[in-house]
Amino acid sequence: MATTEEIRAGLAELVNEVTGLDADEVQLDKSFTEDLDVDSLSMVEIVVAAEEKFGVTIPDDQVKNLKTVGDAVSYIEGQS
Amino acid sequence: MRLRETPTTSSAVLGVGSYRPSRVVPNAEIVERIDSSDEWIQQRSGIVERRFATDDETVVSMAVASARQALEEAGVDAAQVDCVVVATVSHFLQTPSAASMIAFELGTERAAAFDISAACAGFCHGVALASDMVRGGSARHVLVIGVEKLSDQTDPTDRGSAFIFADGAGAVVVGPSEEPGISPVVWGSDGEQYDLIRSREDWRDVLAADEPRMPHLVMQGNAVFRWASYEMAKVARETIAAAGITVEDLDLFVPHQANMRITDAMARALKLPEHVRIARDIAHQGNTSAASIPLALRAMLDDGTARSGDLALIIAFGAGLAYAAQVVRVP
Repeated sequence: MATTEEIRAGLAELVNEVTGLDADEVQLDKSFTEDLDVDSLSMVEIVVAAEEKFGVTIPDDQVKNLKTVGDAVSYIEGQS
Repeated sequence: MRLRETPTTSSAVLGVGSYRPSRVVPNAEIVERIDSSDEWIQQRSGIVERRFATDDETVVSMAVASARQALEEAGVDAAQVDCVVVATVSHFLQTPSAASMIAFELGTERAAAFDISAACAGFCHGVALASDMVRGGSARHVLVIGVEKLSDQTDPTDRGSAFIFADGAGAVVVGPSEEPGISPVVWGSDGEQYDLIRSREDWRDVLAADEPRMPHLVMQGNAVFRWASYEMAKVARETIAAAGITVEDLDLFVPHQANMRITDAMARALKLPEHVRIARDIAHQGNTSAASIPLALRAMLDDGTARSGDLALIIAFGAGLAYAAQVVRVP
């Protein structure tokens, strides 16, 4: 089972691939929209990539609850 | 008694035509009513400007203009057309079809004519029908026209769609060919997602309201983006396999011009090789639903991006949800 830090780092890699943002910026307390400037379509791409990478399912109606990187990491931890 | 069967032949696209409405509408004209900016629209859709038809540019007149160009390019006379298939969601007369008026205006000699309702997926549905008609012997030359006037149905105050939809027409002539020029279609629908893109309400509900208003198109953008980008990439792969080729054999990728971000995401998911030229007509034409693929292909032929003999993957997807895709050889 992956640690919180491993999931965060994995997610940071995906954010970097989709948006070009420096992976080091992607810390647990950062908000996707406010701090990282990830728009809603990029968020969909990150979610789909995360589903594949972590073997989880993140339905559309859950995505809006994932406001921070920490929210997303917790959700993935809860699913895997 | 054994009934007579018609001899079969292969089918191909013989000519491509389009019609771009005269009025260019830049993002600056859209932004005020949706509290947005040119930059915001371009970032989310890749759209710089779109075309809106004037009152004189009707569904029938735009369709006829695009069809005339397709016929001329194909070297086929209107009198040789056996069937006219019109894909549209913008013909506001419940009956008769737009196709019968278009066939008449073109000067066909009593060609069979009907409309199909498959929204943004309509053009590739039409190509599938036309190809099978030609191969099956029920028609020799078929006009497939995608035409839309979505500006009539767009809510200019809806942040999710006001900047997306546009107007235009595109057409192809499908006819007999010695070599197969149109692959088997891969198509389908997913009615579970019926509400993702739709007219807001049905006409009877509109008329029952105290203040009747146009049932505008409404769309759940993020869910559509997810479906179109990823599920459609799978359909694209199936289509390439059904055509008996590999992604390396493709020259052109001409998806329905829904949103530049969808095109980009699909291209990444498909791992298209660098040599594959990608249609990006949406930047200047917006999303013209059933008309977008022939509009984009015509533009690529005109600027030299597409050449005769190229293999193009065409894939159309939209309300229904409905989708259809083929590999076609460019005439």
